[in-house]
Amino acid sequence: MPKFEPILLANIGKPDSHTLKVYEAGGGYRALKRVLAEMKPVDLIEMVKSTNLRGRGGAGFPTGLKWSFLPKDHPGPIYMCINADESEPGTFNNRILMEFDPHQVIEGIILSCYATRAQTAYLYLRCEYPTSHQRLQAAIDECYAAGYLGKNICGSEFSVDLYMHRGAAAYICGEETGLIESLEGKRAWPRIKPPFPAVEGLFHKPTVVNNIETVACVTQIAARGVEWFKSIGVPSDPKNPRDPGSYGPKLYCLSGHVNNPGCYEAPLGITCRQLIEEYGGGVWKGRKGKAAIPGGISMGLLTEAEFDTPLDFAGPGKAGCLGLGTAAVVVLDETVSIVDFLHNSCRFFAHESCGQCTPCREGTAWSLTMLNRIKAGKGRLVDLDLLLEIGDSIGIMPGTTICGLADGAAWPIKNAIRKFRGEFEEYIKRTNPDGYQSTEAARALPVLAGH
Amino acid sequence: MPTVLVDGKEIELAAGERLNGIQVAERTGIDIPRYCWHPGLSVVASCRMCLVETGTRDPKTGAITMLPKLVPACQTPATDNTVFVTNSEKVERSRAMVEEDLLIDHPIDCPICDKAGECYLQDYHFKYGQDARRADVRPFTSRRREMGDTVTLFVDRCVMCTRCVRFTREITGSSELFVINRGSHEEIDVFPGFPLDNKMSGNVVDLCPVGALGDKDFLYQQRVWFMKQHEGVCTGCSTGCSINVEENLDTVYRLKPRTNPHVNQWWMCDEGRYGFHYVHSDKRLTNVERRRKGDALTLLEWSQVVREIDEQFRALGRVAALLSPHLTVEEAYLLAKYIRQVDPRGLIALGPVPVEGTDETFKNGFTIHAEKCPNRRGVEEVVKYFMRRVPTVDDVLSAIDAGQVAALWVSGGYHSEWITPATAERLAAVGCLVVQDLFASPLLDVATYRLPGAAFAEREGSYVNHADRLQSVEWAIRPPAGVRVEGSVYHELHAIPGLANARKVLTEVAQTIPFFAAALEPVDPLGVDLKAAVPQTATTT
Repeated sequence: MPKFEPILLANIGKPDSHTLKVYEAGGGYRALKRVLAEMKPVDLIEMVKSTNLRGRGGAGFPTGLKWSFLPKDHPGPIYMCINADESEPGTFNNRILMEFDPHQVIEGIILSCYATRAQTAYLYLRCEYPTSHQRLQAAIDECYAAGYLGKNICGSEFSVDLYMHRGAAAYICGEETGLIESLEGKRAWPRIKPPFPAVEGLFHKPTVVNNIETVACVTQIAARGVEWFKSIGVPSDPKNPRDPGSYGPKLYCLSGHVNNPGCYEAPLGITCRQLIEEYGGGVWKGRKGKAAIPGGISMGLLTEAEFDTPLDFAGPGKAGCLGLGTAAVVVLDETVSIVDFLHNSCRFFAHESCGQCTPCREGTAWSLTMLNRIKAGKGRLVDLDLLLEIGDSIGIMPGTTICGLADGAAWPIKNAIRKFRGEFEEYIKRTNPDGYQSTEAARALPVLAGH
Repeated sequence: MPTVLVDGKEIELAAGERLNGIQVAERTGIDIPRYCWHPGLSVVASCRMCLVETGTRDPKTGAITMLPKLVPACQTPATDNTVFVTNSEKVERSRAMVEEDLLIDHPIDCPICDKAGECYLQDYHFKYGQDARRADVRPFTSRRREMGDTVTLFVDRCVMCTRCVRFTREITGSSELFVINRGSHEEIDVFPGFPLDNKMSGNVVDLCPVGALGDKDFLYQQRVWFMKQHEGVCTGCSTGCSINVEENLDTVYRLKPRTNPHVNQWWMCDEGRYGFHYVHSDKRLTNVERRRKGDALTLLEWSQVVREIDEQFRALGRVAALLSPHLTVEEAYLLAKYIRQVDPRGLIALGPVPVEGTDETFKNGFTIHAEKCPNRRGVEEVVKYFMRRVPTVDDVLSAIDAGQVAALWVSGGYHSEWITPATAERLAAVGCLVVQDLFASPLLDVATYRLPGAAFAEREGSYVNHADRLQSVEWAIRPPAGVRVEGSVYHELHAIPGLANARKVLTEVAQTIPFFAAALEPVDPLGVDLKAAVPQTATTT
């Protein structure tokens, strides 16, 4: 098995890897000191830009480009927000970094602040990560004591304060403007854009929102350079000048029906099958795979036949999925009912829709109502067309919602029904032999159990 | 000049004009449906009803490039060469989908809903919705929750446009309303112990595009399609908000703010909105009566009383009048002119001006004035024209004490206590005291002639607000049996042939008094700024 030398996860497994002592012993904060002494913020932005580093939070937006959107010569303050509201089902790579290597993350935050000239950073941590909270807080305290945070970092002119904010367990707070609203103490309703956060974000000031894994990559880029980063991954498509490529290492979260679930570091572009076979030890119990979620539930489904899809930023899209997302692969074995999968997915999005835009608020709830009914043996074939209609019409891509949550809700519906329509039809005909052809308005079932 | 293309029609914008897609479409007569967007509130673009297609036109080649996705018209600025398409199949499908979505949780209880007939959801459903329900049929629910003393919430009817929430945050600054829960479980609510309690609360009912927020004062009183709307002006204070008086069969059911960018924008205060009920009070005066000194009360007919008073006034010679700030400009002018006809030296004074508390200004600048009458400025200018100054009650009292007044005409129209028994006693010293008022008062008790007067909804004429803006109103209802509107009585005093006609009088006023010169032209429904039209030096003759 050609094991890839982990970089982001290099410290994981060392005893007390979360402490400053161990991190510094492994060369930590050397890159920070060198950058502060030798580079200008603009140079660091250019450096990150030239790596084509793409945001690891899900959308894959080039990080350097995002930073360069900040207004030039702004009197400040400029804010840096770190998105650690890791709520995409199946995703846990930020957690690994925060729990076992918080200093790598903090070094990346300080570097990102230096590049963007932000003097205040907020780390928005999801509530359900108490260990991350404790270890990050301990690491922040260590950094203040050691002079890596606070005034005049490492003797330079540069100062940063890092604050941690714990969310209240809402999926929508992971959307960057939802996160900003939540940080401001408001209901996390994503904002309409423009203005984009880089122009007017937190407290009406220019703001950058970056993911935990993204800033960890910034640390490694500063330490190892552009060449190293671009030597890993998939180069940009020469036929598409706008494709920034998929460079660098990526933390894949493998879970579901595999023998060895876990968070694995691999070069971008590894195929889903490689990940399952080489890292996950194959599908469990000797069964065959049926489908896999390529990158968090909102990205849709890959069928077993599509397992050779490379998991880079462009790959899953070619197989009809939404994208790479958070690179959280969840494997479903052959015994899983896709109806159950879709029911679970719809329940999640109906529960997490923030309720701002009508099509998402009502569409997600409506799809759950139908799935509930199908599961209860009252399904009709016409429901599948209705579900597809909902799936095709909600989201920012058709333009009917403000944020991408609805796209995430739509893709599992579209993928599951388009790729497994036969199974749905068979299920409906089997469980509702008398009524499956009905097109009359159906009676909603009373809600028996909450989530 | 920036040019915008809406459904193929070209519209030119003034330079520097900032309009969104909805506003620019309105210019061409195209109504883009919307729930959450309101010109007076911030843009949230969340209801998604106003989705349109947009693109840009290349000014050189004329080639049009459209965006592949739909955009909310409310959030899309109209700039030079912006293209909007509001009637494509894609747009219509999206509207149908939003309508369908909104109706999933809506109880569709239009037959028992106050909003039916003026409901966006209802209207848009007929226009853009589909004819069959495809969503699962839910059991009927209609939960009601009290928001405060004035407003009640029918929870299930809400479409979550959050207009009401934004109103309490952005206009009043009181922030009582907010959204609870998430997703399709969302509801509007208030915090326990902090009800919707501000002086503009009634506006949230106007803002509500559906029947979710109900006005407790109006609830179940009248179906909206039975009511007729009349352009009016609120007479509650000197702000002079433009309103619509809504009535059916001579009963006023509600007042609604009428959009007027110069005065009240889209709003009015609760005091004005709910303060009209005195119009239908059973305590209103309806009898024309006479009591000479020592006599018993005698019931008279209108047909005889005007002639009788006229004869008396002309016989007594030294006459005076106290003009109420509730009178219209036309009425004040006619009465003053009459007094001067009878007695060229006759004293004309401004009646008591009711003041309560201090002016109250809200977050957005809307002000409730402490001066609780609509036309102090107008009457003042009429008085100033005849007297070259503005005498008050005190001047009348001293003239009476000096024996210079033999007959006095007092117009009231106040709906709260306005005169003390002591003042009334001193005014009664004149030989002939005519009192024209809505309700009994200490003055009425001592009057020689008691004439029942009209309330604001029954008058026509013009009011001048605190900022010298003149607005003309039409009468909305007929006065109760036995009551005659002041204007018509004064017409008879002047023996003007035909029916009372306020516009004719206003023309005369505008020709006579330079302050009112701007009212010579037909008065716009939004009123006319007298101050801007007349140089300050010309206000007195």
